[in-house]
Amino acid sequence: MRMTRLIGAALSRAMAGLGRSAFTATVAIGLLGGALAPSTVRADASDDVVAKFSTDRFPDTEKAIQDLAASGLATGPAMLDALNANQLYFDPASKGVYFTNAAGELIVARTGSKAEGVAQARLKKVRLNNSVRGAMQAAQGALSLMSPDPAKRLVGAESVFKSRDPASLPAVEMALKAEKDAKIRRAFEQARAAVIASDKSQDELNRLEALDFIKERGDQDAASLLSTISAANDGRVKASAEEGARAIQSRLALWAHVQNIWYGLSLGSVLLLAAIGLAITFGVMGVINMAHGEMVMLGAYTTFVVQEWIRSHNPALFDYSLFIAIPLAFVFTGFIGVIIERCIIRFLYGRPLETLLATFGLSLMLQQAVRSMFGANNREVGAPAFMSGAFEFGALSITSGRMWIIVFAIAVFVGLLLLLRVTPFGLRMRAVTQNRRMASAMGVDTNRVDALAFGLGSGIAGIAGVALSQIDNVSPNLGQSYIIDSFMVVVFGGVGNLWGTLVAALSLGIANKFLEPIAGAVLGKILLLVFIILFIQKRPRGLFALKGRAVEA
Amino acid sequence: MQLDLQGKAPFLDARSRIFLAVLAGAATLVPILFLATPASSFLHMPAYLVALFGKYLCFALLALSLDLVWGYCGILSLGHGAFFSLGGYAMGMYLMRQIGTRGVYANPILPDFMVFLNWKELPMTWWGFSSFSYAMLMVLLVPGILAFCFGWFAFRSRVTGVYLSIITQAMTYALLLAFFRNDMGFGGNNGLTDFKDLLGFNVQADGMRAALFSISAIALGIGYLIARAVVTSKFGKVLIAIRDAESRTRFIGYRVETYKVVVFTLSAMMAGVAGALYVPQVGIINPSEFSPANSIEAVIWVAVGGRGTLVGAALGAVLVNFAKTWFTGALPEFWLFALGLLFILVTLFLPKGIVGTMSGLTIWPRRKPPQARPQPTPAE
Repeated sequence: MRMTRLIGAALSRAMAGLGRSAFTATVAIGLLGGALAPSTVRADASDDVVAKFSTDRFPDTEKAIQDLAASGLATGPAMLDALNANQLYFDPASKGVYFTNAAGELIVARTGSKAEGVAQARLKKVRLNNSVRGAMQAAQGALSLMSPDPAKRLVGAESVFKSRDPASLPAVEMALKAEKDAKIRRAFEQARAAVIASDKSQDELNRLEALDFIKERGDQDAASLLSTISAANDGRVKASAEEGARAIQSRLALWAHVQNIWYGLSLGSVLLLAAIGLAITFGVMGVINMAHGEMVMLGAYTTFVVQEWIRSHNPALFDYSLFIAIPLAFVFTGFIGVIIERCIIRFLYGRPLETLLATFGLSLMLQQAVRSMFGANNREVGAPAFMSGAFEFGALSITSGRMWIIVFAIAVFVGLLLLLRVTPFGLRMRAVTQNRRMASAMGVDTNRVDALAFGLGSGIAGIAGVALSQIDNVSPNLGQSYIIDSFMVVVFGGVGNLWGTLVAALSLGIANKFLEPIAGAVLGKILLLVFIILFIQKRPRGLFALKGRAVEA
Repeated sequence: MQLDLQGKAPFLDARSRIFLAVLAGAATLVPILFLATPASSFLHMPAYLVALFGKYLCFALLALSLDLVWGYCGILSLGHGAFFSLGGYAMGMYLMRQIGTRGVYANPILPDFMVFLNWKELPMTWWGFSSFSYAMLMVLLVPGILAFCFGWFAFRSRVTGVYLSIITQAMTYALLLAFFRNDMGFGGNNGLTDFKDLLGFNVQADGMRAALFSISAIALGIGYLIARAVVTSKFGKVLIAIRDAESRTRFIGYRVETYKVVVFTLSAMMAGVAGALYVPQVGIINPSEFSPANSIEAVIWVAVGGRGTLVGAALGAVLVNFAKTWFTGALPEFWLFALGLLFILVTLFLPKGIVGTMSGLTIWPRRKPPQARPQPTPAE
């Protein structure tokens, strides 16, 4: 991982400097020529190229790099990577050159096969100085356009797009001809267009056509390139670039709003997951469960335990770990919820403030229990394959994890809504919510409903924990960071009303994301808290208050 | 929570007198044991204990202020830590200004953290804090005004019960987030620390420690007298009526919200004084004092000692904090277990707290035998 980033950094630096020396263009063309030619094994030539590395003199090394890039030797890129990582070796006695690959194996540089019977202790490192490094980076940049790795070619094209050096044009043109992948082709075309459009010596029609390619790209980089061009030119090129930049900017501004809404939905769905269980316990039973956050935390730890078990027993199941964890977390936290209700909360009905204190005490104990069992540090919960990765939607990059969490939150919401609407248990629960005494008089066993409702609320918190384990640190403090937000959602939305919770969670999430760029993350949050505090003054029972005598406390 | 609504409770009953006597004893004895006995003596009190007990007394005053609103008016504030911390910050700002050129950057006007942030001048909020009397005024006014505004809005719109508790918690949480910001100009994450002088005397000096301890004891005593005066007055009777049946009290014709705002503001000011005395004794104030958990912990002190007893609140604060000191030293793993268990056990089995339960056992001499009276059922 670190390695790739290192190389990436080196590459982009190399490409920025690409062509500053006339040498690069030659190298690129030489290289392309070599690579395009059928892979004739020119044993003598490659011996020659490689052998220069073993003289242990900087100018020779530099020359060797240039020759290497021009030779199109198959192991060339790997050698340069190894050199960059200080892992290119030579044997002072036999003049053989070797490098170690990512797996740490020693490879013969000339053939690319594993080196047998070579004592690594005898080898000396090929030394680097700044001049050698410069040559190396330039060579790497040129090589990257022809690299067999599509990602590297893309990076190479991207750096040309940014540097827009006329000297790199021939290399790009060559690479474009050889390229098969449509996406990378487009990147090369855009890179070429960027070079042509900013090169004043080019024909105006060519440049205008190039501008169209850049406009089609339509991202922030394209917009800034277009404004640079429009500032440096006049006439039709200026007009076209200016118009293009404006169009892109307004489109991007629109997308920024879409992005805010999307992030807001994402945050809102997290809030919804965290708060919906609370809406049940608070709504149905009027119980302030301060240990709710800890139920979320226990759900997250259930995921951790499930994944640990899978890792040690059956790694093939890892992608299904969340599906296994969800029912387990529901049952586990639901069970704990029922126990809490039976042992503590049922003695405190009608005394909400005492319930608040007792459950806060409980939350401290649960936190400490988890801390004692699993340690105070964050635990690593992995993401299954379908949760990782991202895809593009317009100018928006959507991570799959976030998207599935939104889907999951909605699924939980709908499931709960159905449970309350169509099942007999739901009917009893609603009856108790609306008028406890009357429900009791009608033969509803309110004690049982209370226990099950508390279990249900806790269970939902548990499965929320499974989802949150994917986006947050799994630590004993996980619950604490959500409890105040969850209360805000429930109070804002109105007690005893799932729709209120949904609307409150999503609108708070979206409001938060729209405030963030204006006021900053922390101030935005403070503003929302103040807003809710003021809102409660206006509507003490929330957005969607239950009507009826039963709730007029 | 049996209330003697008819009988006139004396201003200073036996319990009050014992409490005040103990405080007076502590206020005189501790400085003597600390300053006048040789360090080798068996009776000598080490400096850290003086600071520790002083801290307990500040917590006791905070608990007392909380008991005034919770025990007598039924307002469960989960944000009293905010008033405490605001008082503490006001004091801390005065102490910061007293550092002068002795800071790391030796800037005569700006505290170190502002120099570090490359600020050029003192923000408006710091105006006047070089004056002790202004700072003391702010210790009372800032929590008082916040409580007044908050209470004015909340009580007028009849936000009660758990809703009120939750929004008080949101208030202290919002302040926590705000004070963490460097832009606020209160030292951000690190808060205010490295104090040197208080009224020209070194805050670390023995004499200062002893004086701060005694002042804390006296402040607690005065706070107790004020609270006692409030709850034994006619005003206090109305508060109790509000606690037990808010709607009925309103229907009788009392302006419930006025009573609530007044007592809430008074209580916040007391909490502010407690915070102001706390800061020079512990030597630091930072945003974590605003954390909602701290405020809830203060509630449990009151619950343990006995809500609606005043003395109990102070006693509970000292006992729980003593236990905390002992636990975090001896069994750090178990402190949260113990505290959590305490929350649960007290609410389940000791709803009246220690003092409330004890007075039911007639250990305390009572003027009148308790009458058998039906338990008032809450109007809710």
